[in-house]
Amino acid sequence: MTTDPTTTAGLPERAARRPRQRAIAHARWETRLLLRNGEQLLLTFAIPIGLLLALSLTTMFSVASGANRVPNALATVLAVSVISSAFASLAIATGFERRSGALRFLGTTPLSRSELLGGKFGATAVVTILSCAAAVIVAVLLGWHPSSASAWAIPVVVLGTAAFAAWGMALAGLLRAEAVLAVANGLFLVLIMFGGVIIPPASLPGPLGAVASWLPSGALADALRACLVDQQAPAPLTFVVLGVWLAVGAGVAGRTFRWS
Amino acid sequence: MPALTLENLVVRYGATTAVAGLSLVADEGTVTALIGPNGAGKTSTVEVCAGLRTATSGQVTVLGTRLPVVGGPAAALHDRVGVMLQDGGLYTSAAPLQLVTYIASLYRRPEDPRTLLESVGVDPGTRTAIRRLSGGEQQRVKCALALVGRPDLVFLDEPTAGLDPLARRGIHDLVRALTDRGCTVVLTTHLMDDVERLADHVVVVARGRAVRSGSVRELVGDEDTITFRGPLHVDVSDLRAALPPDYSVAEEHPGHYRVVGAAEPMVLSAIASWSAQHGSPMAELSVGRRSLEDVVIDLIGEQA
Repeated sequence: MTTDPTTTAGLPERAARRPRQRAIAHARWETRLLLRNGEQLLLTFAIPIGLLLALSLTTMFSVASGANRVPNALATVLAVSVISSAFASLAIATGFERRSGALRFLGTTPLSRSELLGGKFGATAVVTILSCAAAVIVAVLLGWHPSSASAWAIPVVVLGTAAFAAWGMALAGLLRAEAVLAVANGLFLVLIMFGGVIIPPASLPGPLGAVASWLPSGALADALRACLVDQQAPAPLTFVVLGVWLAVGAGVAGRTFRWS
Repeated sequence: MPALTLENLVVRYGATTAVAGLSLVADEGTVTALIGPNGAGKTSTVEVCAGLRTATSGQVTVLGTRLPVVGGPAAALHDRVGVMLQDGGLYTSAAPLQLVTYIASLYRRPEDPRTLLESVGVDPGTRTAIRRLSGGEQQRVKCALALVGRPDLVFLDEPTAGLDPLARRGIHDLVRALTDRGCTVVLTTHLMDDVERLADHVVVVARGRAVRSGSVRELVGDEDTITFRGPLHVDVSDLRAALPPDYSVAEEHPGHYRVVGAAEPMVLSAIASWSAQHGSPMAELSVGRRSLEDVVIDLIGEQA
């Protein structure tokens, strides 16, 4: 060990870092960590693509047939990717960052709470978009032809990512890491199976279908099915539902977030 | 000029009081050591100063800014304060240089990450994930993280815990280099050797409040400590009466006594006579200065 680091010139002094620069720096850092994590790559790319192939090429959970099978599968897989990356993975990773003390250390740096949350959302958005892009490429290879209405999927995915990321952060703030792991995975499965993702709300039995329509998962999947399968603009109500979940989730996340 | 001032700091967690009216001043360019038993409130104090926790009451002034920062950019203050946490605090899946480079990007005037890692004894070229490094290496990465923003005030919570003697010496040199350039260091540790080597000012904390403060020399004092083996479980009041009034006498362990005061011939003679009178000739006589550890144990014992 040498003995005098403080006599080094260091990097050139720069203007005070702006909040946006720190948020972007944190987003880049988190994206890098996420894409280096093998389990995360499995969740982000392998599972959605595997699910897309299974739903497109088999009759598993078949709610569509013929030409509709691939776009239907794509809508389902995009919704799964959003919920997986923006909700389950984000909540679990944040919970364990808190447990390891990594968040606590960040709380001693110039990175503020809003910059951290912004950076986490940015990284989650990048990973989700990469995951969705991979699914779209595979869908095209399977014979899907996007229409002009397909472009609606972009704002739907962004809004859905924001809404689920807000609830992922809220969950991470409310519970201990181990509980976050269990609850996030449990909710993920429930939302996928009974929240209008694999089976559309309209096809779910009675009250379950009615409830699913008002869940962010049901609104997200319905909006994606509208633009990818029915080739039309999603119903405005689906945006309203996602927007309300986003607003409430962001409020809860802001109130419950803690560094340690 | 003080870099850190605490006035009557109180931190409570529900019904538990972690810090109960702690006051201290850490002057610019000095090393202040906070020492005391586990649960004395040292880490809670550091957390309040680092902005991780809000004080229940009291005033905290860091580099001239009152905490908590209200209506202003807390980032400007964090830019000048470094913190080495006692537990965790690392993204363990990253390599040291990646993590230090990222943290450097948050600061206005960072150290060069490569040079800094080299200076704390971590190979900046290693691609090994931090979780696979030894405990000592992880400790050094944490130290680098605390220093990468080139702070004016740095809190080091147990910086040498788990380090080998050579690495500890390296951290000592690092702390001296920091104060040489005017940085203020607040050190919390259980290792009295660190304190004796580094601290300009020592604050002994017990039950959440400062029970004594001063330089190491002031705490230890100039008095000799005379230890000897003598009779078992004998009333020492007659020995105390035979010694000058400012001397203290105690049976520390069965048959092992400690007398605090100048080791003058008359005193040694009185001790030998007293021991012989009680049927056990004085043995294992030694004369020396009290250690800081002795002083701290006594102070903590008085508070228990």
